[in-house]
Amino acid sequence: MDLNYTEAEIAFRDEVRAFIKAKLPDHLVDQSKLGTSLTKADYEEWHAILNAQGWLAPNWPKEFGGAAWNAVERHIFEDEMTKANAPRVVPFGLSMLGPVLQAFGSKEQQDYYLPRILNGDDWWCQGYSEPGAGSDLASVRTSAVRDGDHYIVNGQKTWTTLGQYANKIFCLVRTSKEGKPQQGISFLLIDMDTPGIEVRPIVLIDGTPEVNEVFFDNVKVPVENLVGEENKGWTYAKYLLTHERTNIAGVGFANAGLQNLKRIARLEQSGGRPLIENPHFAARIARVEMDLMAMSTTNLRVVSQAAAGQAPGAESSMLKIKGTIIRQEINALTRNAVGPYAMPFASEALDEGSNEEPVGPDYAAPATAQYLNNRKLSIFGGSNEIQRGIITKAILEL
Amino acid sequence: MNFDLTDERQMLQDGLRRYLADAYTAEARKKIEDDEAAFSPDIWTGLAEMGVIGALFREEDGGFAGEGFDIALVFEELGRIGAVDPLIDTAVLGGGLIAVLGTDAQKDVIETVIAGGAHLAVAHGEPSSRFDMPRVETTATKGADGYTLNGRKAIVVNAPSAENLIVSARTSGDIADTDGISLFIIPADTDGMTLRSYPIVGGGHAAEVTLSDVSVPNEAMLGAEGAAYDAISAMNARATLAICAEALGLMESIKTLTNDYLKTRKQFGVPIGKFQALQHRLADVLIEIEQARSAVINLAGHVDAEPSVRDVHVSATKNLIGLAARLVVEEGIQMHGGIGMTNEYELGHLAKRLTMIDHRFGDTDYHMEQFIKLAVA
Ligand SMILES: Cc1cc2nc3c(=O)[nH]c(=O)nc-3n(C[C@H](O)[C@H](O)[C@H](O)COP(=O)(O)OP(=O)(O)OC[C@H]3O[C@@H](n4cnc5c(N)ncnc54)[C@H](O)[C@@H]3O)c2cc1C
Repeated sequence: MDLNYTEAEIAFRDEVRAFIKAKLPDHLVDQSKLGTSLTKADYEEWHAILNAQGWLAPNWPKEFGGAAWNAVERHIFEDEMTKANAPRVVPFGLSMLGPVLQAFGSKEQQDYYLPRILNGDDWWCQGYSEPGAGSDLASVRTSAVRDGDHYIVNGQKTWTTLGQYANKIFCLVRTSKEGKPQQGISFLLIDMDTPGIEVRPIVLIDGTPEVNEVFFDNVKVPVENLVGEENKGWTYAKYLLTHERTNIAGVGFANAGLQNLKRIARLEQSGGRPLIENPHFAARIARVEMDLMAMSTTNLRVVSQAAAGQAPGAESSMLKIKGTIIRQEINALTRNAVGPYAMPFASEALDEGSNEEPVGPDYAAPATAQYLNNRKLSIFGGSNEIQRGIITKAILEL
Repeated sequence: MNFDLTDERQMLQDGLRRYLADAYTAEARKKIEDDEAAFSPDIWTGLAEMGVIGALFREEDGGFAGEGFDIALVFEELGRIGAVDPLIDTAVLGGGLIAVLGTDAQKDVIETVIAGGAHLAVAHGEPSSRFDMPRVETTATKGADGYTLNGRKAIVVNAPSAENLIVSARTSGDIADTDGISLFIIPADTDGMTLRSYPIVGGGHAAEVTLSDVSVPNEAMLGAEGAAYDAISAMNARATLAICAEALGLMESIKTLTNDYLKTRKQFGVPIGKFQALQHRLADVLIEIEQARSAVINLAGHVDAEPSVRDVHVSATKNLIGLAARLVVEEGIQMHGGIGMTNEYELGHLAKRLTMIDHRFGDTDYHMEQFIKLAVA
């Protein structure tokens, strides 16, 4: 066991740092720091910069245009990116659909879609959830009925994150009502421009239209858009979710959030002294920092096992639960740190291009919105209750 | 001991609950939220006519109740419905300060307040004072025929709707001294006083107030020069009671919504309320809300006690409410899943309003420290 980086790893870290210094645009850093919402163009700009370097898909194999980094390299990369306040990479194409296509897609699908994900031709969104199918994903009802060389899709998806930006959606659809509900589900790629699709925004409690409802009314989808075999979609869906969950640990985001929290606590005054010197508040920060230090190692342990060939199984559920609890605690502390200035409603000040001056210190404006918005972390991607269920079954065998 | 409401209070509670259920629909509230004034003149008048504002004042001040239990009752009901009307600011804080410190002439306004015709805001907190009540940097300098005020006031709730602001300023003493703080009643349109207004999370409006060479006559002073601190902390205690009772009402409503949701939302073929993982947590939520109720009762019974006793209860209650509120909000959203994250659904409004209560009149950490100073040390 050796917790120090090797020389090669240090060299890698320096290379990442040099890249960030040279290529990360200032305006994106400022937006991340101030918590303003990124536009589609912002994400695309950043994806293109990473792609030009060959670093947009750290987990993809080289043959598909990925960086094929090992667990430690990915950790270093994520760590440096979040420290530098780089925007997050939108996960739907890169860390969700990409691995599924690589494992189960046809050669044609791989050749066509994977490059388009990398060079930004397609923006994917995830069409799993439905009004009646949340935690119980196997109960999806959106139907795809075979009609010659097409499927006719009818139904409704919901909670579709950034669906307003997407031109493609990957969906779980019901192709059979026989047998167990899991056995009649297929994994379908759908072009959002197809007639019969309607996207309606849902505003979340922080005031942002981050998710959408997507309605399908007799939507014609070519059969070659089916991934793998008909009625085997559940297997692919589960494979995708494990990938989704590893990213949800969010060590990098937690680290960045913690640094931001400490910066605020140094600037805020309480009783005429910096808040960070207040023993109660300092103890709460310390508690979460200690937890995070251990969690980043838990994360490395799980991910390096995965790199050694074992698929991350129930362990990724552990990471998701702990990771979301830590991030949500950091968000709560940040809200507390700004004191009364958590109260102004700052939605407009947080829109990009707004010249509205924030009320109070600039770091205060996003605190409440981020606290509210990140309540989602323990709900989506399989809620923390569902993750606990997986742990009890798979590890504890209860 | 008797924890029942008196007949008068029972009548007030029944009437108020009925009135709010009718008048304060979700649509009515949304309209209010979108409005600069942050309250509906109709509902405000309705509340005044029912005697709700009068119930917050003592008889000698023109009201008919005004005890801790009256305040608690009114604000719990307002909390239940998620009302956003700035009753704390106009009646408990503003009206309360005038009632204890005002001259007969100044007290005239209370009658109008009780009748629903006047709005007030108290401009006390400052950009760097956080929750420290004696920390006043704004100055008032005495001149030949009045005072000149300079400084900045932060998050003055209800200032955009108030005809008069009650502004604290230092006439003597050092920055955190309790002595030397004076209060002034200043019409909102006074030269040199500028308001930057904005909405606040969970409903209502506030303003940042800048005072540059604001001249006021001697009669603008409320109470004796330099001696306002005791009244400010007494009214803060009553406002803290009001907001804690409001929090209690909000918590009850979130619990009810969540309880109903657990019975109706089905996943895996059963109502999610059949999962023990959720059952036990809602049971914990219920226990903490009962604790919160007791804490509010404790504070209601001691809110007008001598300061050392009163303040132990203020801090114990506000700390406990802050912790319980966070639990109720977070569990409420979590157990609702995605629906709980949406702005459209009722829970969102209640959750935001409840969350923000920790940011007024001292948060959990602040009151933990105060409690240690007063009761533990
Ligand atoms: C901001 C946001 C973005 C999202 N983005 C996407 C997206 O892009 N694409 C997509 O397909 N979906 C997305 N989702 C949907 C998300 O995956 C679901 O919200 C989630 O799976 C929970 O489902 P639900 O909301 O229907 O809650 P429900 O399943 O109704 O759950 C309600 C509560 O019951 C609990 N519960 C349910 N079953 C059990 C059980 N067996 N034991 C114990 N507790 C249980 C849950 O944990 C939760 O607390 C998003 C959700 C949010 C909030």
